[in-house]
Amino acid sequence: MNFDSLLWVLLLGSLLGLELIGKVPPTLHTPLMSGANAISGITMLAALTAIIKAEPNSPLLIIGSISLGFALFNVVGGFFVTDRMLAMFSRKPTKKNK
Amino acid sequence: MNFPDIIKFVIDLIAVLLLALGIKGLSKVRSAREANILAAFAMLLSVVGLLSYYLGTSGIPAESWAWIIVGSLVGSSLGTLLAKKVPMTSMPETVALFNGFGGMSSLLVAIGAFLFPFNELEKGGSLEPFINDVSISVSIFVGAITFSGSIVAMAKLQGWLSTPGWTQVKARHFVNIVFGVTSLVAFIYLISGNISSIWLLVIASSLLGIGVTLPIGGADMPVVISLLNSYSGIAAAAAGFVVDSQLLIVAGAMVGAAGLILTQVMCKGMNRSLVSVLFGGALSAQSTATSGSGEYTNITSCSVEECALTLEAANRVIVVPGYGLAVAQAQHTLREVTKKLEQNGIEVVFAIHPVAGRMPGHMNVLLAEADVPYEQLKEMEVVNPEFPATDVVLVLGANDVVNPQAKNDKSSPLYGMPVLDVQEARTVFVIKRGMSAGYSGIKNDLFDLPNTSMVFGDAKKVLSELIGELKDLGVGEK
Repeated sequence: MNFDSLLWVLLLGSLLGLELIGKVPPTLHTPLMSGANAISGITMLAALTAIIKAEPNSPLLIIGSISLGFALFNVVGGFFVTDRMLAMFSRKPTKKNK
Repeated sequence: MNFPDIIKFVIDLIAVLLLALGIKGLSKVRSAREANILAAFAMLLSVVGLLSYYLGTSGIPAESWAWIIVGSLVGSSLGTLLAKKVPMTSMPETVALFNGFGGMSSLLVAIGAFLFPFNELEKGGSLEPFINDVSISVSIFVGAITFSGSIVAMAKLQGWLSTPGWTQVKARHFVNIVFGVTSLVAFIYLISGNISSIWLLVIASSLLGIGVTLPIGGADMPVVISLLNSYSGIAAAAAGFVVDSQLLIVAGAMVGAAGLILTQVMCKGMNRSLVSVLFGGALSAQSTATSGSGEYTNITSCSVEECALTLEAANRVIVVPGYGLAVAQAQHTLREVTKKLEQNGIEVVFAIHPVAGRMPGHMNVLLAEADVPYEQLKEMEVVNPEFPATDVVLVLGANDVVNPQAKNDKSSPLYGMPVLDVQEARTVFVIKRGMSAGYSGIKNDLFDLPNTSMVFGDAKKVLSELIGELKDLGVGEK
């Protein structure tokens, strides 16, 4: 891809984000923030690319691996924690009687 | 385009589509949980797409596999552990920590890409070196700010860090400008080929993140986290330019936009502008000096027993939960109280201010955790006209959001903030530890009103005493 197409991708992606998120009820703001935060861990793809393209024995392997670890901490933890929050909303009233 | 390229293109396209649908679905209560799983699946798909692309083209060396597996296992297992263990009340600092780690990831990968360039390995790589360097520098700058800022935010929310007095002096702006200018200089050196200035950029931008976040008061922190969340999206998008990945750019841009919108919503709910959050310092430090202080003249305090008697005689009760309830982790005890009242035929409603709890929407999560039916949670606009027809209002750990000053007193710093009109109800009980002010540091006129009674004590303790008193009155036993 050349640079200006990538810029278009950036612009359209931002507009899409504004449109998608513009209409969220306050109830879901915390889960949404947490979910969006998990998605921002998509840098794991950059870390993976770095590890794959690294020369043998290059320190890049270690840097990439640590970066991947941080990213996956963000992604996996983020999705689990979001799911925990949302699971509470979908709890059915039938579970009321203890 | 050859075969692996087409496959990767299609997979990326599907992943972007699913991510967008996921974010959209997260905006509706009914579909939110599935949407979250959908987004997680999209992320997994993007990894599978990337790995299979390289397997089908250049191949993945065994050494790389080893590092991939080590990094993934350690990162995801620690993340899972934290996500499962952390209590719901600590959500804000947890999100801050996750966010900081995302920033750290972008920072590290950018440093790696700069010190050990891997794009040259690609034959006829289309990225021009200059753009590559700019993307890397942006990634480092934003990544470092996100990391250091998020860690400070987390430490403050955890109570590990307080707001030191010296951070409130005006000179801090000068210090931050120095950090900013230093970052900019390092940035320019870096893109003009001076490799060693990378460390200057890392250090200066990390200090900038700390310098901007440290003076901000605890209650404004969610706004900062939301903003930093937006930054981590930008950092991801910049990393996308480095590795030439449209998927990364789109996903990063979407998150960046999401964070901005959320930040705006949070600011609106607190009647704060983003500028005053970022540069105004902790609100309490300012306002105690300027206005709003003043003595209380007409405080009525009452016992838990009186409170229970009034509740028993009520037909309709509105509960206003706030930050204090979240901190005291009293949501389950509160639910027990309201259950008893309901069993006695008393109508109970929860009035949720847009910024109740420690984050917008946080109170809904906490009450849902305590099994409060979703229909009982009412938002401010819906519940405000209902206060005049209400017998008793229980204010639990909320303060500024029930201050009538916001409506009546034009000179008040709170003026214009949307508040709950609790004073319209017949009786208001405010359960509070003492007479300390809310985070705005402003006197609450509600406490002086004749129909307001204070019940002093820790929210959890008062509520469990209330359960006992209600039991003695025979409420909720059939």
